[in-house]
Amino acid sequence: MEKAVTEKKASKKKQLAAVDEEKMTPKEKLNYSEDLFKKTGHYYGIRRFKLRDEDPLRFERVFGKLRGALVGARESALHISASPIVRNIGELCFALYTPEGDSITLSTGIIVHVHTISEFIKYMIRNDYEDDPGIRHGDIFCNNDAAIGGVHTSDISTAVPIFYNGQLVGWAAGVTHEPDCGSSMPGHSPTQPQSRFEDGYIIVADKIGENDKIFKTYRMRSVKSTRTPMYWDLDEKARLAGCHKIREGVVKIIEEEGSEYYLGFIREIIEEGRQIALARVKERLVPGRYRAPSVIPVAFVEVALGRTERPRQDILANAPVEIIVRPDGELFFSLEGASRSQPFPYNCSETAMQGALWVLLSQLLFYDGRVNDGSYLAVKNYFPPGSGFNPTDPFASYSCAWGSLMACFTGLVRCLSRGFYSRGYREEVVSSYGETSDSTQGGGYLEDGTYFPLATFDISAVGMGAGAVRDGLDYGYAMWNPESDMGDIEVWESLELGFPWLGRRVKRDTAGFGKYRGATDWENLRVAHGVKSLFAYMARGGGVAFICTGLMGGYPNATSYRSAMLKSNLADVVQEKKPYPTGEGDPNDSELKKLLQGDYMIHKRGATLGGNLNNGDILHGNMNGSCGFGDPLLRDIELVKKDLEDEIYSPELVRRVYGVVGSYDKKNQEWLIDKAATESEREKIRDIRRSRAIDFNEFFEMERQIVIEKNLIEPVKNMYRESMELSPKWAEEFKEYYGLPADFQF
Amino acid sequence: MPTYDKKTIADLIDGKLEWSALKRIISDHKDADRFDKVVAILQERVPWKEKILLPLAEHLYVVQKGKERIVKAECGYEFGDYRQNWKHKSKVVVRNTPELLEEMYRHWEHSDPGWQEMREFYCPGCYTLLEVEVLPPGYPVNFDFLPDLEGFYREILKKPLPES
Repeated sequence: MEKAVTEKKASKKKQLAAVDEEKMTPKEKLNYSEDLFKKTGHYYGIRRFKLRDEDPLRFERVFGKLRGALVGARESALHISASPIVRNIGELCFALYTPEGDSITLSTGIIVHVHTISEFIKYMIRNDYEDDPGIRHGDIFCNNDAAIGGVHTSDISTAVPIFYNGQLVGWAAGVTHEPDCGSSMPGHSPTQPQSRFEDGYIIVADKIGENDKIFKTYRMRSVKSTRTPMYWDLDEKARLAGCHKIREGVVKIIEEEGSEYYLGFIREIIEEGRQIALARVKERLVPGRYRAPSVIPVAFVEVALGRTERPRQDILANAPVEIIVRPDGELFFSLEGASRSQPFPYNCSETAMQGALWVLLSQLLFYDGRVNDGSYLAVKNYFPPGSGFNPTDPFASYSCAWGSLMACFTGLVRCLSRGFYSRGYREEVVSSYGETSDSTQGGGYLEDGTYFPLATFDISAVGMGAGAVRDGLDYGYAMWNPESDMGDIEVWESLELGFPWLGRRVKRDTAGFGKYRGATDWENLRVAHGVKSLFAYMARGGGVAFICTGLMGGYPNATSYRSAMLKSNLADVVQEKKPYPTGEGDPNDSELKKLLQGDYMIHKRGATLGGNLNNGDILHGNMNGSCGFGDPLLRDIELVKKDLEDEIYSPELVRRVYGVVGSYDKKNQEWLIDKAATESEREKIRDIRRSRAIDFNEFFEMERQIVIEKNLIEPVKNMYRESMELSPKWAEEFKEYYGLPADFQF
Repeated sequence: MPTYDKKTIADLIDGKLEWSALKRIISDHKDADRFDKVVAILQERVPWKEKILLPLAEHLYVVQKGKERIVKAECGYEFGDYRQNWKHKSKVVVRNTPELLEEMYRHWEHSDPGWQEMREFYCPGCYTLLEVEVLPPGYPVNFDFLPDLEGFYREILKKPLPES
């Protein structure tokens, strides 16, 4: 009797599902899917992997075919693009989605956008696009509104619906990063905007074509809305061609496998991705509470230095990352206590935060599973509404969202790494990563009137942090695109015609110190040449503050600073065939100043709002390395010797920080380490530690007095004030920690 | 599912594996017995007898000491109950002036002490540097990791946690 009832229920459910699949609108399907997940805890209510278990080889073959179609689409599409950002660095990515917008699988590339596009598709579905403007075969949709689904205006997404026998069976989508997004200032990550209305040309989940053809009016509007119309146009075609190639591939697979199989497969593969994610958390982490706060300084170079910037308020934003890992594999990410959104370009939308969480977890924890929205569904998150990580202000600017996002998520890396360490998987530990900033941006005119953009994307190769068993990776990582590449200078110069390089090289003494060192910073030196006018800016977070720290005794890498030499005599030096600088080196003994004459300027603050350069003006840029791991005094002296050989550190620094004493044997061209002197030097440093370190209680009282007396600079006070106002929970904990009265406020 | 011999795991802990061997371990599935093997190796190395329940960080362990579970350093220094932040029993150096910061970093390449201070937490037993925090003045000291030992042993390791 019981069996009969069960069978009847199963039959009814199957019947309902069959009817639903055919007759539901996309919106009904989305609601149905979300309800099923809420009720059952499983994606699409899938408790058993029927297709996978019946024929696992077929299941893997279909997955392989889909993945191949996506990677193939990306490889073909990037050859349509002309922009070095897309063509050479590979700043594009494609993904395949369910009819409701959940990602199934993806290509290689800038995978941070796989989840943000999911939100873009769901936005269209939730807003009844099937009724108006309609979702039909051959339609083309586009979005770069970060508030809907994206990180910032320069990331343009195209989505194309896939129909089979009249039924919507999915979406193919792709994203590219544009060198210019029509903002109030040239560049891809403009630093000036204070509201959405300065962020540039925003396409709000728009239908931009039908019958596989982009509307002429959209195309004309777009190419007039950016400073780099050729790149925009060709990137648009690249994305569309990729989407069409995927659509073709998916239809072929459906014809081979049958639509019933395909529609079942896409549900199972996402649920499998979710379950693998939960299993990985249980496999590699230790349950508990992890915390890693970061702060984000926003401090522009002052107007007094003669640049063309607007006066700004200094801001320090709080990003108190907390992760709760439960024994059943659930992972909860929270930013309770985060600072408010601001009239600045560093706000980050909730979809961007979700995308970033997904991309990092995909790299750190779920990389050998099914990288799709299943892993997104396995993780819970809280981005406080009204904070800079989930603004509720409809006018908020997002043009430089990465500035907040990257600093914040270094905390995630440190939290997970503590889990890996405790679990014994020390090979997975990473202290953090370098912020991908300080690329040159702007634009100018050559003497013949030709416009050229500045949008160098060498930021795609900064440092990866030290691990528990190895040093950090020098100039070889970007958290948003695992395929790191800085690109050839010659390629960038073919785009940025009036701003050639004098050099690109490692910046000594900047790598985060530790038993395992972080990656080294590296630097660019560029000169304005043959220009009628040139507007340039650089913005690296930090300067007044480190944006992250090392792990278990490791130190952060050096902070940024800003330097330039205006009105240099480089032309004379070249004419006279004298040595010229290829970098700055030690800013306190600048190579610029040693080899050239001109108006040298240097400032502690790392970000500029832009300034006009003339021929001969030289701008220095400083790319991030990363943080170290472990006590530097425990660094193997053979590794320090290699640091000296590779010019990562100077002999003065290795003595000062690592307690290693060495000398250079010119005859044999080798560094010789004096082991006895090193042991003695290290003991001296330990003695200094012993004599200088104070009891924690004394330190605590010092800090408490600072808080009670509010003896803080305005940006710090504001940060505490905002966190306490926005989060009573954070305020309560803060007051409890210092034993402050209930009515205490900043 | 791979498994590694004691020497391989010991070399991994000591950072002595060649890149090719390390890469294989990173790329392969995880060895399910890693936790037990790592703890066994570390237990042999520490100069004290208390049972290691969890390697917490470099130099720090959660151990069973009588009926208590405490954070204990490799050198033998005891920080107390693991549910309290071990930093509260540490020795601290605060680099909150340009002079102190410039012992480590060059001028121009460190934080502005008004915006952020650098806190170094040392082991009172041997003065090993255990953690470096960079936070604004007045920011509460961070409690990096509070493990759920009961949940870990009961539901993941599937073995009993010694009675407290």
